[in-house]
Amino acid sequence: MTTPPLLSMEGIAKSYPGVQALAGVNLELGSGEVLALLGENGAGKSTLMKILGGAVRPDAGRIVIDGVEQSIRSPLDALGAGVAVIHQEFNLVPALGAADNIFLGQEVARGPAGLAWIDRGAQRRRAQALLARLGADFDADAPCRTLSVARQQLVEIAKALAAGARILVMDEPSAALTTPEVAALHDVIRELRREGTGIVYVSHRLEEIAAVCDRVEVLRDGRNVGGASVAAVNRSDLIRMMVGRELVEEFPRRSGTRGDVRLVVEGLTGGTAVRGVSFEARAGEVLALTGLVGSGRTEVLRLLFGADRRDSGTIHLDGRPVDPRSPRAAIAAGIGLLPEDRKLQGLVLGLSVRENFSLPSLARFSRAGVVRRGDEQTACAGAITALRIKTPRQETAVRGLSGGNQQKVVLAKWLERHCEVLLFDEPTRGVDVGAKVEIYQLMNDLAAAGKVVIMVSSDLPEVLGMADRILVMHDGRITGRIDDAATATQESIMELAVT
Amino acid sequence: MTHDASSMVRTHPAGNFLRGALANLGMTWVLLALCLLFSALTWSEQQPGGAAAARGVADDILAAHATPQRVLVAVRGQPDDVAYADILAEILRERGATVVAVVKGEPKEARAALAAANAAAKPLDVIAGSAASAAWALFTDLPTDFPALGSPSIVQPRPYAWPNFLKLENLLNIANQIAVIAILAVGMTLVIMTGGIDLSVGSMIALASVVTAVLVRDFAGGVEADTLGMLLAGLGGVAVGALAGALSGGVIVGFGIPPFIATLAMMLVAGGGASMLAKGQSVYQVPDSFMWLGRGADLGLPNAVVLVLLLYGVAHFVMTRMTFGRWLLAVGGNREAARLSGVPVAGTLLAAYILSGALAGLGGVVMASQLKSGSPNFGQMYELYVIAAVVVGGTSLAGGEGSMIGTLVGALIIAVIQNGMNLVGIESYTQRVVLGGVILAAVLLDRLRRR
Repeated sequence: MTTPPLLSMEGIAKSYPGVQALAGVNLELGSGEVLALLGENGAGKSTLMKILGGAVRPDAGRIVIDGVEQSIRSPLDALGAGVAVIHQEFNLVPALGAADNIFLGQEVARGPAGLAWIDRGAQRRRAQALLARLGADFDADAPCRTLSVARQQLVEIAKALAAGARILVMDEPSAALTTPEVAALHDVIRELRREGTGIVYVSHRLEEIAAVCDRVEVLRDGRNVGGASVAAVNRSDLIRMMVGRELVEEFPRRSGTRGDVRLVVEGLTGGTAVRGVSFEARAGEVLALTGLVGSGRTEVLRLLFGADRRDSGTIHLDGRPVDPRSPRAAIAAGIGLLPEDRKLQGLVLGLSVRENFSLPSLARFSRAGVVRRGDEQTACAGAITALRIKTPRQETAVRGLSGGNQQKVVLAKWLERHCEVLLFDEPTRGVDVGAKVEIYQLMNDLAAAGKVVIMVSSDLPEVLGMADRILVMHDGRITGRIDDAATATQESIMELAVT
Repeated sequence: MTHDASSMVRTHPAGNFLRGALANLGMTWVLLALCLLFSALTWSEQQPGGAAAARGVADDILAAHATPQRVLVAVRGQPDDVAYADILAEILRERGATVVAVVKGEPKEARAALAAANAAAKPLDVIAGSAASAAWALFTDLPTDFPALGSPSIVQPRPYAWPNFLKLENLLNIANQIAVIAILAVGMTLVIMTGGIDLSVGSMIALASVVTAVLVRDFAGGVEADTLGMLLAGLGGVAVGALAGALSGGVIVGFGIPPFIATLAMMLVAGGGASMLAKGQSVYQVPDSFMWLGRGADLGLPNAVVLVLLLYGVAHFVMTRMTFGRWLLAVGGNREAARLSGVPVAGTLLAAYILSGALAGLGGVVMASQLKSGSPNFGQMYELYVIAAVVVGGTSLAGGEGSMIGTLVGALIIAVIQNGMNLVGIESYTQRVVLGGVILAAVLLDRLRRR
C-alpha cells in the first residue's frame, strides 16, 4: 500500500441560493508539491479554498489529511489540521511588529499559567529565525504597516509556519508584487517545497505557474476539468481548459491608425512620488505606463485625475489647458479613472449595480436634484448588455459580483460619461481570462474611437500585448520611452525600470 | 464570448420581492407585535362618551319604546358628559321623542327636574344618563317619590371591551410624545448614514428652546407676542441649531476630527450656552398661542404629528429619489470611491451635519411649544434615544445603508414601549431597564435576520 497523499479533498460540494458553486470536486496534494489551482472567476476556486481553510462549510464531501479524515469547521480547526491560507488581503495587525504578528494568539510566554507574560526576547529570536528561513533579514520589531507588501507577505508565511502549517494555500500571492519580488517569492516557495510543505498556488498569471508549480488542477463551473503536470501542458492548453473554448487572441488587435496628439502633460509634479513627468498621448493609441510598484505610475494617473494634490505641471487636452483640482473637476473636464483597487476606490460595494453605474453621471440623470429613475434604469440596462456584465439584476449589490464584472461596472461608469481621457490603473488585476479579453477589447474600441487611453500595469505581457507606446518610470521620473512597443521585450522594460 | 447577455440575467422576482419586503418590514413586525402585546395587557371595559355614546343610547331608547316617548336626560357637569347630553337631546328631538329636560349638574338639580315633571303629572318613559349619573340614588325609588311619572326605565351607554392602549387618544398621545425624538432622528439618520454620529442633538434641544423663548420674551413682546414674532423666534431656534451643526460639520470635514469628538464638544458647548443664555432658569414669558405647534390640532391630528409626517415624507423622498440621498449613501458606503466618482464629499458631509443641527433645533422649538417654555434642562439624554431609534430602525452605524421609514418605525417602537409600560403600570426605573433590553434585542433580531 502506498502512503496516502498529504491532502485529499473528495467530492466537495457546496451550493448557495441559486448557484451550485461546487459540484463534487476532488483535489489531491502531495508532500513537497506545488499545485496550481486554475479557473476563471466563479469557477469555484475560492469556495474550495475557503472550505479547506474552514471559512465555509461544505454541503458534502470529505477532507483527508495524511490519511485521517478531518472535520474542519473553522479557521482554527484548519490551522489545527495543519492548513494555513494566505489571503490576498493580509490578516496582520498594522501597529504590531512582525514578531508579534507571527505569534499572535500563540505568544511565546513564560511564567505561571494565567499570569504568563510574553517573552519578547525569545519571541523575537524565533521570529527572526523563521524570517531568515524565508530569506528575509528585516527587523522583526518594525510595525507591519511600515513593511512593503512583499515583506508583509513573508510575515504571513512565517506566521503560517509558526503555527505548524504543512499545507499552505496562497491566493493570488503575486498580485501586488513587482517582478523581482515575485521571483523572490518563488524562491521561498521552492525552499518550502524542499522542506516538504504542500502548497496550493491560486493565480491567474500563467507564466508564474510554469515557473514555480509542479502540477495544475483546473476548475470550471464548480467541477474538475482536468489536471496535468506543468511540463506536459502549454499556455494555450491551460487557457482552453479554463474557459472551455479557444480564445482567438489573448490580446485582440486594434484597427485604426494613430491620430493627432490630444493630451500633453508637462512637468507634472506631486509630492515625492512624481517629479517632473512630461509626456503626450495621441488619439488612436494605448499608452502604457509601467515600472515597479512605487515608481510613481499610479500617482501620475491620480494627479491627472485630481485625486492627489498637484504641486506643479500643466496639462493640455486638445490644446486647451485642463486644471483637475479635484476628481469632480477632472470628471467635468472629461477624464475618467479606473483605480487600481476597485473594491476600495472604484465601487461602493454595498450599493447596487445601478447606483454605482450612475454615480458620476447623476447630474445628467436628474432634474432639480431629483433622479429620474426611468432614464437611469434604461441607461444601466444598456450598459449591462453592451459590456456583458453578469449580474442577476440592476439592483444587485456589486459586492456579489465577480472581479471581472465589478471591473466592468467601473468601466461602465466612465463610458456613460463619454470621457475623452480614460486612465486604466491595473485594469485586469484579479480579473479572469475571459473578462480580461473583453476589457482589452473595450480599451481598443476606445482608442479606435479617438479617446486618450492610458494604462498602468505591472503585468509585463499585458503591457507588451496592449500598448502602442510604453513609458517606463523609476523613482518618480520617466526613465524610458519606447515608441514602438513591438520592439520591446520584458527584459528591455525591466532594464529601464530598475536603473 | 457567445453568451447572450439576457441569458445571464437570472431573475427571481417573487423571491426577491419577498426578501425585500421582509428586510424593510423586519422592525415593523416587532412594532406590530409590541402593539398586540400592549393591547392584550391593557384590555379593559370602556365607558363610551360623546357622540358615539349618544347615538347608541338614542338607538336603545327608540328600539325599546315604539310610541312617542318622553325622556329626561340627566348627567354630571363634566365637559364630556355635557357634550354627550347635548348631542343625545338633539338626536332624540330629531327622531321625534320629547325631551322633558336636560339636567347637567348635581343630583339635586335632577331631583328638581323630576319634581317639576311630577307636578305636571305627565308620565316619563325614560331617564337617560351616563354611567355615573345612572347610579344616582334618587333614581332607585321613583314610583314612591314621584308617583305621577309612572315607572321610567333608566338607560345608560353600554360599556364595551377595548384596550386602553388602542384608544385613539392614547395613540395620538404616543405620536405626540415621540414627535421631538422622531424629528431629531431624521437628521441623525442622515449623519449615521455617512458613517458619522451627532451627540450634540440633545443639548441642541435645550439651546434652541431657550433661544426661541428668549427671542419671544425680549424681542417679540413676551406674553403679548404676535404670530410673526413667534414664527421668527422659532426660525431663530432652528437657525442656531443649523449654525451649530455647520460648526461641527466644518470641524469634521475641514480638520478630520472624528465626529464623535467634534459633536461631543458641541454637546457641551450647546448645553452650557443654553444655561448661560437662560441664566440657569426656565424662560416662560410666552403667550398661550405659543403652544400652537406643540399642542394644537388644526387638521384633526396634532400639529406636531403632522409636522413629523411631513418631515418623514420629504426625507424619504430625498433619500430614495434625490441626488443628495444617493451621495449620502455613497459617501457612507465608501468615501474614497465616492470622491473618485466625482461626489462632492465635503459638501455632502457638511450638509448632513447642518441638517441634523437644524432638525435638532426644530425639535427644540417643538418641545418649547409643548411645554410652553424654554429650558436648559430640556432634551437631556435625548441623543441616546435618538441614536437608539435610528439603530433599531435598521440603519447601520458603519454607514452606507439605512432608511427613513425604518427610523420612524424605530422611534415608534421606543415610544410604544414607554407608553405601554406606563399603561401597564411599570415604574420608571424598571422601564429604563426594559427599554435597554428591548433595544438590544431588536438590533440582535435584525442582525440574525440579515444573516
